[in-house]
Amino acid sequence: MTGYTLAVWCPDWPVVAASAEAALLPHVPAAVVRNNEVIACSAVARAEGVRRAMRKRTAQSQCPELVVFDHDEVRDARLFEPVAAAVEELAPGIEVVRPGLVAVAARGPVGYWGSPERAAERIVDHVAVHAGVEAQVGFADGLFAATLAAQRGLVVPAGGAREFLAPLGVHELNPPAEHRPDRADLVDLLRRLGLRTLGAFAEVPERDVASRFGRDAVLAHRLAGGLEERPRVRRRPPPELSVTQTLDPPVNRVDAAAFAAKALAERLHQVLADRGLACTRLGIRATTEHGEQLRRVWRCADPLTPQGIADRVRWQLDGWLTRERLTSGLHLLQLDPEEVVDAAALQLGLWPGAGQDQGEAAERAARAMVHVQGLLGPDAVVTPVLQGGRGPVERVRLVPWGDERTPATDPDPPWPGRLPAPSPATVFASPEPVVLVDEAGGDVVVTGYAELVGRPARLVHSGQSRRVVAWSGPWPVDERWWDEESAVRAARLQVLGAAPDGEELAYLLIRAGGKWAVEGVYD
Amino acid sequence: MSSRSATATLVALGVGAAGESATASARALPVRGELAEILPWGGLRRGSTVSVRGSTSLLLTLVAEATSEGCWAAVVGLPRCGALAAAELGVAVHRLALVPRPGRDRDEVERTVAALLDGFDLVSVATPVTPATARKLSARARHRKAVLLPFGIGWPGADVELRAAFSRWTGLGEGHGLLTGRTVTVRATGRGAAARERTAVLSLPGVPARGEASLPASDLARERSWRPVGSRERVLHPVPVPAEAG
Repeated sequence: MTGYTLAVWCPDWPVVAASAEAALLPHVPAAVVRNNEVIACSAVARAEGVRRAMRKRTAQSQCPELVVFDHDEVRDARLFEPVAAAVEELAPGIEVVRPGLVAVAARGPVGYWGSPERAAERIVDHVAVHAGVEAQVGFADGLFAATLAAQRGLVVPAGGAREFLAPLGVHELNPPAEHRPDRADLVDLLRRLGLRTLGAFAEVPERDVASRFGRDAVLAHRLAGGLEERPRVRRRPPPELSVTQTLDPPVNRVDAAAFAAKALAERLHQVLADRGLACTRLGIRATTEHGEQLRRVWRCADPLTPQGIADRVRWQLDGWLTRERLTSGLHLLQLDPEEVVDAAALQLGLWPGAGQDQGEAAERAARAMVHVQGLLGPDAVVTPVLQGGRGPVERVRLVPWGDERTPATDPDPPWPGRLPAPSPATVFASPEPVVLVDEAGGDVVVTGYAELVGRPARLVHSGQSRRVVAWSGPWPVDERWWDEESAVRAARLQVLGAAPDGEELAYLLIRAGGKWAVEGVYD
Repeated sequence: MSSRSATATLVALGVGAAGESATASARALPVRGELAEILPWGGLRRGSTVSVRGSTSLLLTLVAEATSEGCWAAVVGLPRCGALAAAELGVAVHRLALVPRPGRDRDEVERTVAALLDGFDLVSVATPVTPATARKLSARARHRKAVLLPFGIGWPGADVELRAAFSRWTGLGEGHGLLTGRTVTVRATGRGAAARERTAVLSLPGVPARGEASLPASDLARERSWRPVGSRERVLHPVPVPAEAG
């Protein structure tokens, strides 16, 4: 949402939703916990001393009669649907930012009712009557400032966002409802740097922020300065990016809706990924068998991942299906990417871990690898790590992308029996059998004393026979000789073979169990 | 602060569209001197398709310089690619991704390679594809400013084809010595500016890695003469073990 924005905010939404579902009386203190930590509590509970981020047990000891609910995003979204619908009746074109928060361009409502105050009053009344929920309204430039204004019930005049934000603390950059650990790190860092208010952070020149922190910090800096979140030119996507699915039989159960949502979300993601795009505003459209049209726009700060799309579609369908006034099942489902950004804007973490490559090239490569892992499975993309060992196969460990790149064995010497460089460029993880014979056609063997018996003359590998022009070895491999079970006795041989046309190819052979096999080709 | 300067900063950070930084994309990716001479652009031009045939070492040598300067390379459909040899040829293996089995059907292969072209600077493909797919992927590489390196497969529309022709090894004798190095003759043919065939002689491995330059391979070769079969007098002679590097 850009420009002058109206935000409708329901305080303590997770608790309100949970209490409403459980038909809890308003005077009973209640809290919602996630991972054993309070994320929202009712006003009654707050009066008893319960606070956000408190451990569950501490909260219960503060307020023994506290009713505790587990966090449930689906419940939050489902119960929010009537609120969104109530707002929409007065102000068309709303966007659900998250359950508990709706934004809409302020121009229409303000123009219709004459002043922001009157518009706010009408909306609050309407939501209270039709959805039975208490809401607060705020006006400001851009979604971020408007949300903060709504939490304070303020009307910030157009152009006054920067002034309004300046005295607020930097922790406002990390709203608890969004649960973003990277932002928490940033807020913590800013505090330690002595930048305690949004105004102080906004005073720092943008160039300095950009050169010292990550990309997300630049966005946060824009927000702190009252600017719009994304300065980039956004494309209006062409209509063929929409994906549609006919649901046959019509869906009227929540689990079936979730299944349809997942498949459709993946299709949309694929359509976008093929064009190198990602979605930041998602329109969800459904038609029932009786022709009722339902439509809702979801907006997010970060470009949506396939999971993110699926979640929002599922929440929305859940919300629609549990509303009584739906007379039949959902028949047609359509996803419209309302606003797209280049996929390069998909963020991959602010602070890269140790030992990882940094920079834009690494990020782009990482994103591509994650994409391929999504297509083929997590083990499909590997990166090599060099480690200790004797043969060319055991000296390389292939680590699936995302796992820790550590060698399994010590790469430093001594590894007696290891061959020096060059190593074969083609290696066979399970050696392929070959025939190595002398002039008379007899098998060339290696004795227990690691000596070659017979002069190699011909090498036959996968049906091709080559004349042996040079060879060297054998180099014995005597691994784990102290353990009879896992002991390996083998010998390696380098062989240079010439094809009939004189073309030379060098092989690394291994002999184990009385048979020759090719372990590598120096091609 | 005007929003225009902010936009400029974000673009410089790479927040804008992918491949927007014109300076980086105009430059060809660096390759070794001998190969630079036979490539029409003095390196691997971004957006081009360079087909490689005949030698895995040639492919690895081709990507070595670029990866050591920060580019990322992916090798698709080559399960036997020797990462150790790659490291010895100068490839920064922590920026090398292998996709040994790129899917069960042609669609999946195409999608995999297309996804990699979005993020990698160099993508090598060793899985055969249809001519139509080949053209599509070449176009994608051009659009994404990546270098596509089909390896060992036919590829209509490649800008240049590099083929390793002859290989001559040194260091290995009849029963003694060790492979130490080789010279490979590489032929480049192509379209347009590259139409004239050019030849280079590449000696591999080029610059020995640290610690391996002092490898006493020749000494080892001199000491170890081929022993006739059946000679048991020297049974207790320790079998020379190839010297450890460093």
